[in-house]
Amino acid sequence: MPKYVLSRLGEALIAIWGLLTLVFVAARLTGDPAVLMLPLGATDADLAEFRHALGLDLPLWEQYAIFLADAVRGNFGESLLHQRPAMDVVLERFPATIQLSLVALVMGMVIGVIAGFVAALKRGTFLELIAMTTALLGQATPIFWLGIILILVFAVQLGWLPAGGRGTLAHLVLPAITLATFTSASIARLLRSSMIEILKEDYIRTAWAKGLVSHLVFMRHVARNALIPVVTMLGILAGELFSGAVVTETIFSWPGVGRVILLAIQSKDFPVVQAGVAVISAMFILINLLVDLTYGLLDPRIRINR
Amino acid sequence: MSRFFRHLVASRAGLFGATFVALFLITALAAPIMAPHDPLKMDLKKRLAPPTMSLSGPGDFPLGADQIGRDILSRIITGSRVTLLVAATAVLLGATIGVSLGLVAGYFGGWNERIIMRIADIQLSIPLLLFALIVIAVLGPSLVNLVIVLALTGWTRFARITRGEVLSLREQEFVLSARGAGAGRARILFRHILPNVLTAAIVVATLELARVVVLESALSFLGLGVQPPHASWGRMLADGRGYISSGWWLSTFPGVAIVLVVLGVNLLGDWMRDYFDPKMSGSR
Repeated sequence: MPKYVLSRLGEALIAIWGLLTLVFVAARLTGDPAVLMLPLGATDADLAEFRHALGLDLPLWEQYAIFLADAVRGNFGESLLHQRPAMDVVLERFPATIQLSLVALVMGMVIGVIAGFVAALKRGTFLELIAMTTALLGQATPIFWLGIILILVFAVQLGWLPAGGRGTLAHLVLPAITLATFTSASIARLLRSSMIEILKEDYIRTAWAKGLVSHLVFMRHVARNALIPVVTMLGILAGELFSGAVVTETIFSWPGVGRVILLAIQSKDFPVVQAGVAVISAMFILINLLVDLTYGLLDPRIRINR
Repeated sequence: MSRFFRHLVASRAGLFGATFVALFLITALAAPIMAPHDPLKMDLKKRLAPPTMSLSGPGDFPLGADQIGRDILSRIITGSRVTLLVAATAVLLGATIGVSLGLVAGYFGGWNERIIMRIADIQLSIPLLLFALIVIAVLGPSLVNLVIVLALTGWTRFARITRGEVLSLREQEFVLSARGAGAGRARILFRHILPNVLTAAIVVATLELARVVVLESALSFLGLGVQPPHASWGRMLADGRGYISSGWWLSTFPGVAIVLVVLGVNLLGDWMRDYFDPKMSGSR
């Protein structure tokens, strides 16, 4: 087990390093920051001095080494747009993104798990049809469209909820629903099919035959095993959630990391892009690590194999 | 093949999906004939004209007109070509890269396998949209770059599936006997293994198609995908956002188009997966 944890940690670190390298290459390929940042009338001497100040006159490998050393300490340089450390710009938006993602994740899981169980236990009923049709539609609906339609109906037409911004609980409702839909639809479909498989297994029949009470069979044998693929999927869903957060935050003017990254890309503010990407990916990699380690708790077979 | 179609007709969901996909393909191919108006023609008098829901006269805009008086139905019909072109080439490119690398990883093993699968793992640990955003920011938004990015986000699934298939195929008797009969590596790979991998690759490709359509429209929505004046569904949605209180039809209908296509492709893909390999169901 410790060896397994170590190798997963190593893999996570390599992933973060690969990403930082991608970002570094991206930043150097998009043009000379000196030309981008200084006003149009800047002289060649101004440009040279500016490059020297930022270390842009050093050989590329040296710039790369400095970049990595700084990145490890969380220093991604000054934001060109905000004139402040890029990491600060990202970190102050971080709670907003975490709030939105967490609420959406919990909401998506609760709805998805309930819908999945209901669909699997009430096979062939109208309930299953409704739950699964909704899930199929939910998986096929792009979240940016869903967000716009929700704004159209609940903010513009009915006027019940605010169309954007952050502040009260009411501001959270529409973005959270938007972001949670894909998660709950995926979980519902996955859980239903894994439940149906498990209900056919011999050990379930044995459990019934032993005369176990139905809720015991359900909790101990069915639910526990059916949830394993859902936990696996959480890692993938976390990625969808962060990707979705970029879009959701843009639609609802939610002041989070995703929106800041998008704005930074549009204004070529690369230090902020780097810092934002590093923070989001580190989160994502951490979640996947946790998911992998949680497995062992749910499924003893994996614990032994490793 | 006839068994394939009999099964398809027997599965309501599969048939439903196949019908939608077929409609989408026909629309994309016959777009110039089907579009009632010129999708690029502006008519400021018709600015934000509401949907007439009928097409009796030449002045009718069945799904309404946009902020500069272009017919929305015609733009959706024409936009289907961009969606199809981008999605199909991206999936094809991703499949080619992924299947080739998967073949190499599965058949040769060793360092090749380690490096290829490790790169796939690392790439899967970056949120896709974020990856696409960075690459587009560097390369600049254009149709070709969009295809490249979408292909780069999709190759990993093909590589994983192909490698798995090759691992189980290469010790099977028909491969062993081909090797015994003196067939070279290339012959074994292309004549004996590749054809058996293709079924799984086609199933993955169908499911990938849905993902790519959504990702393409998301990038276009964020202004980093298909550039104007090309009609793209994601772009139309984004443009319509500003007119949400004065013209709901601007962003509603392109979204419906995306949902229908993705739903159709998903249903068809799910059915194909169950048909070709019941073991694979539940992997998504």
